[in-house]
Amino acid sequence: MILGQKQLDEIHDALTKNLIGSGVQSVMLIDTAGNVIASIFNGNETIDLYSLAALAAANFGAMSCMAKIVGEDEFSLLFHKGEKENLYFCKVNEELLLVNIFDNQISLGFLRLKMAKVVEELLAVVAE
Amino acid sequence: MAFINLKDRVIQAKIVYYGPGRCGKTTNLEYVYEKCRPQVNSEMVTVKTQGDRTLFFDFFPLDMGKIGGFDVKIQLYTVPGQVKYDSTRRLVLKGVDGVVFVADSAVGRREKNIISIRNLEDNLKIYNKDIHDIPLVIQYNKRDLAEEGIEILDIETLEKDLNTELRVPSFEASAVAGDNVVLTLKKIISLTLASLEKQLK
Repeated sequence: MILGQKQLDEIHDALTKNLIGSGVQSVMLIDTAGNVIASIFNGNETIDLYSLAALAAANFGAMSCMAKIVGEDEFSLLFHKGEKENLYFCKVNEELLLVNIFDNQISLGFLRLKMAKVVEELLAVVAE
Repeated sequence: MAFINLKDRVIQAKIVYYGPGRCGKTTNLEYVYEKCRPQVNSEMVTVKTQGDRTLFFDFFPLDMGKIGGFDVKIQLYTVPGQVKYDSTRRLVLKGVDGVVFVADSAVGRREKNIISIRNLEDNLKIYNKDIHDIPLVIQYNKRDLAEEGIEILDIETLEKDLNTELRVPSFEASAVAGDNVVLTLKKIISLTLASLEKQLK
């Protein structure tokens, strides 16, 4: 997969406007092989993003296999609740996944609304 | 396929260590991790069982510095070797750019090596990749077992079993002692980068 400068800028803008602007701490767009395509870390640059991407892709792959075992085509989102930090994974298309790290000040419902919007915008960008 | 970021000028390529259970895939990665600490900016991730067997994968990114104006990051992965973990092996193979097949030199492991390389061929086909085309290096590991009085397969037999048809570069190695571990890695990195360059042209 090769994304040009313009597409990467548009991806960065869509993630910043919809997610970072809404209070999400960090967001990462990865592919299902575990490669990092775009990442924005809002004040938490110490996170090991390459390891997180590898594990997130594997986690999503494992969940997809589990979905098939129980008769679902897929589980399109994953949510992990922590004491202070939470993780939210969402499938963009067959190749791309979005990973969000956010604290308890944002409600999951609000984040889901924002995610729906950003997924729409990302799909338009990668289709260019 | 590798991910190439034209904005940040970064290439991320994925190399997977494959082979039967207990052949030394994790030991290879652990040795590289220790030897290349300055080029690794993160902890090695290991998803393993209580008995220390790899459950999902081991992983760390290796920073190769600038090549042709691009920052090249090699993502090193292992797979779980045991037969029952085939679905996780397939997941790790997704997007693979190069493979190191680690064979166990012990006489008793001959059949397991053959089954594993066939399994690699089958799992690559799922992603429309051909074992004959993908950058591949074979490592005949555990050559040091002979010094402990354990019978090992001779290289001719291993080559006949695993490399007659493929004819890929192969190395005798001892991952525990570190013999030829880095050489194996250098070879697969150079084959993988050459293949990526060819695909880009």
